[in-house]
Amino acid sequence: MFRFTRFQLAVHAAALAPLVALIWDIALGNLSVNPIQDITFRTGKAAMVLLVAALAVTPLNTVFGFRQGLRVRRALGLYAFFYAAIHLFVYVVVDYGLDFYLIWLELAEKRYVLVGFAAFLVLLLLALTSTRGWQRRLGKTWKKLHRWIYVAAVLVMLHYAWVQKSDIRQPLAFSALLILLLILRIPRIRRTITRLRSRRASKTEDKGPAFSKI
Amino acid sequence: MVKALFKVAWYDSIINMTHWTLSGPRRPQTSTQPIVDFSHPSFLMITTSQIPSSEITPKHIYLSRRKFLRGAGLAASAAALAACGVPAATPPPDPTPTAVSSGEVAPPQTGATTDELGDPLTPYDAVTNYNNYYEFTTDKEGVARLAKDFPTSPWQIEVGGLVNKPGVYDLDDLAKFPQEERIYRLRCVEAWSMVIPWIGFPLAELLKKVEPTSKAKYVRFQAIYDPEKLPGQKTRWYNWPYVEGLRLDEAMHPLTILATGLYGEPMPPQNGAPVRLVVPWKYGFKSIKAVVKIDLVEEQPVSLWMAAAPNEYGFYANVNPDVPHPRWSQRTERRIGELKRRRTLPFNGYAEQVAHLYEGMDLKVYF
Ligand code: HEM
Repeated sequence: MFRFTRFQLAVHAAALAPLVALIWDIALGNLSVNPIQDITFRTGKAAMVLLVAALAVTPLNTVFGFRQGLRVRRALGLYAFFYAAIHLFVYVVVDYGLDFYLIWLELAEKRYVLVGFAAFLVLLLLALTSTRGWQRRLGKTWKKLHRWIYVAAVLVMLHYAWVQKSDIRQPLAFSALLILLLILRIPRIRRTITRLRSRRASKTEDKGPAFSKI
Repeated sequence: MVKALFKVAWYDSIINMTHWTLSGPRRPQTSTQPIVDFSHPSFLMITTSQIPSSEITPKHIYLSRRKFLRGAGLAASAAALAACGVPAATPPPDPTPTAVSSGEVAPPQTGATTDELGDPLTPYDAVTNYNNYYEFTTDKEGVARLAKDFPTSPWQIEVGGLVNKPGVYDLDDLAKFPQEERIYRLRCVEAWSMVIPWIGFPLAELLKKVEPTSKAKYVRFQAIYDPEKLPGQKTRWYNWPYVEGLRLDEAMHPLTILATGLYGEPMPPQNGAPVRLVVPWKYGFKSIKAVVKIDLVEEQPVSLWMAAAPNEYGFYANVNPDVPHPRWSQRTERRIGELKRRRTLPFNGYAEQVAHLYEGMDLKVYF
């Protein structure tokens, strides 16, 4: 039942690598003297990158005809959720020691926590409804519901930019990438690209052996 | 090796914290009564902790801690961790180094093991390997390596502006000021903190020498600008050089020092060698490193961080749990080496000494 292509295996390995590296570094004491913050940063970063990767799947197919990617789209989204869940767990349990009053004050006071929390709730909802069963049960609504991933991604970029002290070049770079990926999903643009691609494909076919046309 | 030892300290503190969460009472911070002679300007040089160790660390934890150490085969670091569980009454603790030392390097010396609130010094290794020093890099752990060969001698500080006796002070001149050890808490605006035994002298001593005129209201500090040696200054993201400022009365306050060393050693380059400001009741970024210029001025100086984000960083930047920051919790902080957050104290615990400087000021406006 679980037969993976080599590509799928590579994607799973890459998605789990940050976790393995993190556990490795915790075990060997390679983290800084402020280890909780390190873990928060690293899990947050992994979640963000995987979310962008999940959103890159469809555009990659549109532009390059990379169909294999479609098979890992859901997995990438779930990995993003997985890292976000660790990220939140570390914040609530390890960093704030389950002091919900303090967490509430932070949530009410800091816009970056608020948008992070909102993004997490969206990811949670999408992860819960990501199964085939829910897909069937929700029918057309499922598609609409899962479009919320775009909202989550934008919230994550805000979160990412707002936690930076000053230098937001990295969040800007990832945001630019996200915007590009979202633009490539706009139906008209997507159709245009698909048309261009199929025309080019047929052109290259034209260059085939001359006799085939005769 | 050094890192491994500190790691033990960290895991050790987890054990400690877990015990606390399981067995109730938090470490009694308010009930500890440091016996401090405030009449003497060096009242912060606490060399004898007056707190029975039983109040600091329950005995079973202290013991389990030692067992843990032995189990880890790191008995050599027992002395290092004595900082947390030193049996304190009389006689005064011997000058065993409290920093984590590797054994290869001569252990740094300090006379004290705790600050005046009874909290242990942050290990030397942590103090010197976790630095916010953007002139080198924004990677706190990368500073030490990049700063290793930063030349800090010869060095000159130009003191001028609205003074009667402007002057240029080199390292020998600075060394002539009576150096003393000050155990201060350092509270970073990023909500982490340390306890550091600085060596230095009151800034007031230097300022008295140059005789500020009656027009002088503020002190403006400027750090070195040299992008060839300070790679971080090549980025245009910040408005180099680093500039900081104090009101004259803050600068003259006996707690404000120019530090030339820590843990009994000359200042490591990553901590701001050869000379830096230390203002313990303000967020760490006020304590400008590698100072080359001190000017007395009439107008309030604009610091680098005020220019970068005026809504986040004010001129005063007093540690204040009641003034939130958009990013980091200022209500609580993480003491490096501890797992649980602590409450942040107003003026970083120095309210008694400095609160009067701000009488009648709305500290939410003048943050
Ligand atoms: C309730 C939800 C969340 C909370 C409370 C939260 C909290 C935090 C905190 C405390 C930091 C570090 C800030 C600092 O210490 O300066 C952080 C950073 C970060 N978080 Fe979150 N977060 C949440 C949700 C998310 C989600 C859903 C994602 C991504 C899918 C995410 C991605 C990131 C990223 C990328 C960083 C910055 C890492 C870096 O600068 O390298 N966070 N978050």
